[in-house]
Amino acid sequence: MNAMIWQVLQIILVVALAPLITGYVRWVKARLNGRRGPSPIQPYRDLYRLLQKEAIVAHSASWIFRAAPYVTFASVWLAACIVPTFTTNMVLAPAADLIALVALLAVGRFWTALAGMDVGTAFGGLGASREMLIASLAEPAMLMVTFSLSLISGTTAPGQIVAFVLAGNVGVEVSLGLALAALVMVAIAENGRIPIDNPATHLELTMVHEAMVLEYSGRHLAMIEAASMVRLTLFIALIATLFAPWGIAQPGAGPLGVLVGMGAFLAKTFLLASALAVFETSIAKMRVFRYADFLGGALLLGLLATIFLYVSEAV
Amino acid sequence: MSLDALIIALSDNPLLLILAIPLASAGFLAVLPGWRLASWLNIAVSGATFAASLSLFSHRPPDTRLLFIDDFNIYLVALTTFVGFTTAIFSAGYIAREADSARLSDLHLRFYHSMYQAFLFTMLLALTANNTGVMWVAVEAATLTTVLMVSLYRTREAIEAAWKYFILCSVGIGLALFGTTLVYLAAQPVMGDGADAMAWTLLIKQAARFHPDLLNLAFVFLLVGYGTKVGLAPLHAWLPDAHAEGPTPISAVLSGLLLNVALYALLRFKMLISANPDTLAPGPLMILMGLSSLFLSGFMLYRRGDIKRLFAYSSIEHMGLITFAFGMGGPLANFAGLLHMTMHSLTKSGIFFAVGAITQNGGTKRLNEIRGLTVSHPVLGWTFAIAVLAIAGLPPMGVFMSEFLVVSSTFARQPLLAIPLIIALLVAFAALIMRLQAMIFGAPPPMPRHAHGQQTTFGTVLAYTPLLLHVGLVVVAGLYLPAPLVRWFEHVAKLLG
Amino acid sequence: MNQQFSYDIAHLIGATVLMAGFSLLYQRRLFAVLNSFAFQALALAAAAAWQAHVQDAPHLYFTAAIALLFKAIAVPFALHWLVERLGIHRAVETALSIGWTMIVGVALVALSIMLVLPVTAAAAALTRESLALAMSVVLLGMLMMITRRNAVTQVVGFMALENGLILAAVSAKGMPLVVEISIAFSVLVAMTLFGIFFFRIRERFDSLDVAYLESYRGDRS
Repeated sequence: MNAMIWQVLQIILVVALAPLITGYVRWVKARLNGRRGPSPIQPYRDLYRLLQKEAIVAHSASWIFRAAPYVTFASVWLAACIVPTFTTNMVLAPAADLIALVALLAVGRFWTALAGMDVGTAFGGLGASREMLIASLAEPAMLMVTFSLSLISGTTAPGQIVAFVLAGNVGVEVSLGLALAALVMVAIAENGRIPIDNPATHLELTMVHEAMVLEYSGRHLAMIEAASMVRLTLFIALIATLFAPWGIAQPGAGPLGVLVGMGAFLAKTFLLASALAVFETSIAKMRVFRYADFLGGALLLGLLATIFLYVSEAV
Repeated sequence: MSLDALIIALSDNPLLLILAIPLASAGFLAVLPGWRLASWLNIAVSGATFAASLSLFSHRPPDTRLLFIDDFNIYLVALTTFVGFTTAIFSAGYIAREADSARLSDLHLRFYHSMYQAFLFTMLLALTANNTGVMWVAVEAATLTTVLMVSLYRTREAIEAAWKYFILCSVGIGLALFGTTLVYLAAQPVMGDGADAMAWTLLIKQAARFHPDLLNLAFVFLLVGYGTKVGLAPLHAWLPDAHAEGPTPISAVLSGLLLNVALYALLRFKMLISANPDTLAPGPLMILMGLSSLFLSGFMLYRRGDIKRLFAYSSIEHMGLITFAFGMGGPLANFAGLLHMTMHSLTKSGIFFAVGAITQNGGTKRLNEIRGLTVSHPVLGWTFAIAVLAIAGLPPMGVFMSEFLVVSSTFARQPLLAIPLIIALLVAFAALIMRLQAMIFGAPPPMPRHAHGQQTTFGTVLAYTPLLLHVGLVVVAGLYLPAPLVRWFEHVAKLLG
Repeated sequence: MNQQFSYDIAHLIGATVLMAGFSLLYQRRLFAVLNSFAFQALALAAAAAWQAHVQDAPHLYFTAAIALLFKAIAVPFALHWLVERLGIHRAVETALSIGWTMIVGVALVALSIMLVLPVTAAAAALTRESLALAMSVVLLGMLMMITRRNAVTQVVGFMALENGLILAAVSAKGMPLVVEISIAFSVLVAMTLFGIFFFRIRERFDSLDVAYLESYRGDRS
């Protein structure tokens, strides 16, 4: 019973909190740049405004173009629902699996790329090809991170990994450090953050994600934007949960435990969001031909994390 | 410690004296103005060091954690100080001509003499060090002192040679340090922390209890590391240039002494590895590298155009042979290796003495411009001829004896290996004879174009005496080895296992 | 704090040194290479300081200080100044593309791990992991020396190799001070030599690309 309640709460929470996190990151970046910046709740207003507007669709668009925003949003939302944020006691937990998470994200990405190519514009194709380049390297990297974590804890379910870590079975492992670094690099790439992609740009030379969704407007655009925000929340929650799981409520904890978990989750989220903002402000975007190097580096870090498990006594 | 106590301590312990003299000389030779006095002083202190090393035979100090003397390194110390002494004599004459022809400035010469003594100090420290870390430091310091000297002439080739020497040998030394650390790691569980686990005399007693895999790994690093300094193929790329570009006395000590010291370091560790029954046999690796050095250098001898480079490749060949001998192991091969180390030292440095005189007389290092030596300078020419015949391995010189012993022990233990060995030796032999013929016979070139400076009679004496001494020793050793020496080599050969 | 935790922290710092080694291979700009090297030296100083604390060996603090002052601050500054003064080309010229270099680097790390696997954890002074880390750093330093064509980057690769050596030495419990001072000493002398060499090379050649040196190779004579 409790598990059902917490799951529904999680479902609502990720969607409700996502725009706030994105707004907060933008606000911190603006402040660091010496500007006043939009208020942190501006994304809510943006989404509301977009939902009111008419969705204009090109003549050459097919059903893929119309369906993609919904599919993307649904897959990302579902992925966000299975990552434990404030508690591991959720109804979907037995079906939750890190590899399934990667697959869900891939589904979303695939549909967005198709939509980008669907309308036949140059920008769409450009964005789709760049996105696929990033994906072809980021996905294996994320899988390597998954492998390292699974080898340490013996399971791919994030809830059980958390339980394993909280039970004190894992010391400060080199592999964990390497896996964390790899996951952070992948997160930056997946979310289209600097130094991979500038979320605020519309210049041809520098667009990746924006290029794919350039044709969208109205409620479709609202869905796409919401999906990006939820994706950011998802990755932040993933990093916080897998590598700093303290405070998460375990099955059998009462309402107080869940409250503590909620507080811990919010604290970690805003901490990571601030760190992201600082990081984005302090570094420049890298050129497209260096994506392969960067993500290759993430993949190699993930590989090293797995290899190192064999030399330490963790395996 | 007061001065009196210091003097008493030094006179009581000839080992400290051997180390203190070159170190102190390096210091005051650096500040002494006037190269003429410096070169005389150089001879004097080298002689004093040699005398001190002789006194080691009668009075052996007790081993400490830092330094020790046993049968193996005592003879190498004597050899090093002897060749250092004779080279200092040769260097005085050589430098006089170089300074006369203004090829080297005053500052350079001061630097040269100071570094020469510093170099001798580092070699002696490496030979007598008990602490494996100190041995490593000494070998590294020896590399550093000679790198500066190789680039002394400041030509493009010299700088390239010095850069290559520096980079390759530093990497080698770095790997050797890693090997040293691994040996410490292997020893630490058995012998506890601290200096005890780095003292060779203590390590050798407990080596059988060390972890064999760590020792194996350590030996690979040490073989590659110190092997680079020995000039084993394929790590030899720095050797021909470095030995060819510096002043000739430096080439003499590099070829004659430093290679021996590096091999000595390698052999100390080989003894450690062999003492442990579970480790990989170090022999086959050494045999492999020795043979490849032999073959490579043998063939490279044919197309050389520079006389010093020719003999540098010959050094690679001989060090390959010595490594091969020690890799074979067993009393006969070890005896041959030890004998060859000595003979090669004497002969090669002698050859470089002659080469120094030849290049200064003719003003060129190019082989095709050196002809008719027996006509223009008979004493030099014929002594040079004997020396080259010696290094090529012709009887009745000492080198023939040791090569013969290596071949016969190979036939006895691993007959199949003897075939490539003999082929390589013959190839090198033929190349050297061919080159020698071109150099000593025929008509001398019409006029020495840029002879270096004026050759005074005294200068000639200075140049020829060490040469004649070395060649004489080599010839005598080929005919007759004094019995105590033979017994002694046999004893050390047994130690080497 | 128990021994396992102290080992874990030591390995974490060692892994940071290794990551800095990879970051050295990754850079395309000369100044970024110098910054990465400074970071690696910083991590090395942290490793030495941690070992000093854990092994209760105060002389290792000295090593940490040397690594910090000399290798993390003085050497990068000096090289920075040299690069500006000699007007050296600021891009890193590679003999092997960066992607392939990284792959070879990971292969070398895997190799070092395979080499130390047979060594049981009974080697009390140093667990397998520290040895694998140190050996990887050494091999990565060598890789950098082999795959870079500019003399400055070759020298940085050599110093990265030395960082690995010092990492191995500080992780070995109870290794005597003699070795550590000597290492530092030789680094000092080596650095002086570098300066002399750079000026001499520059005097003689127009660039520090060691390919120019190749035309003067003595092998051909």
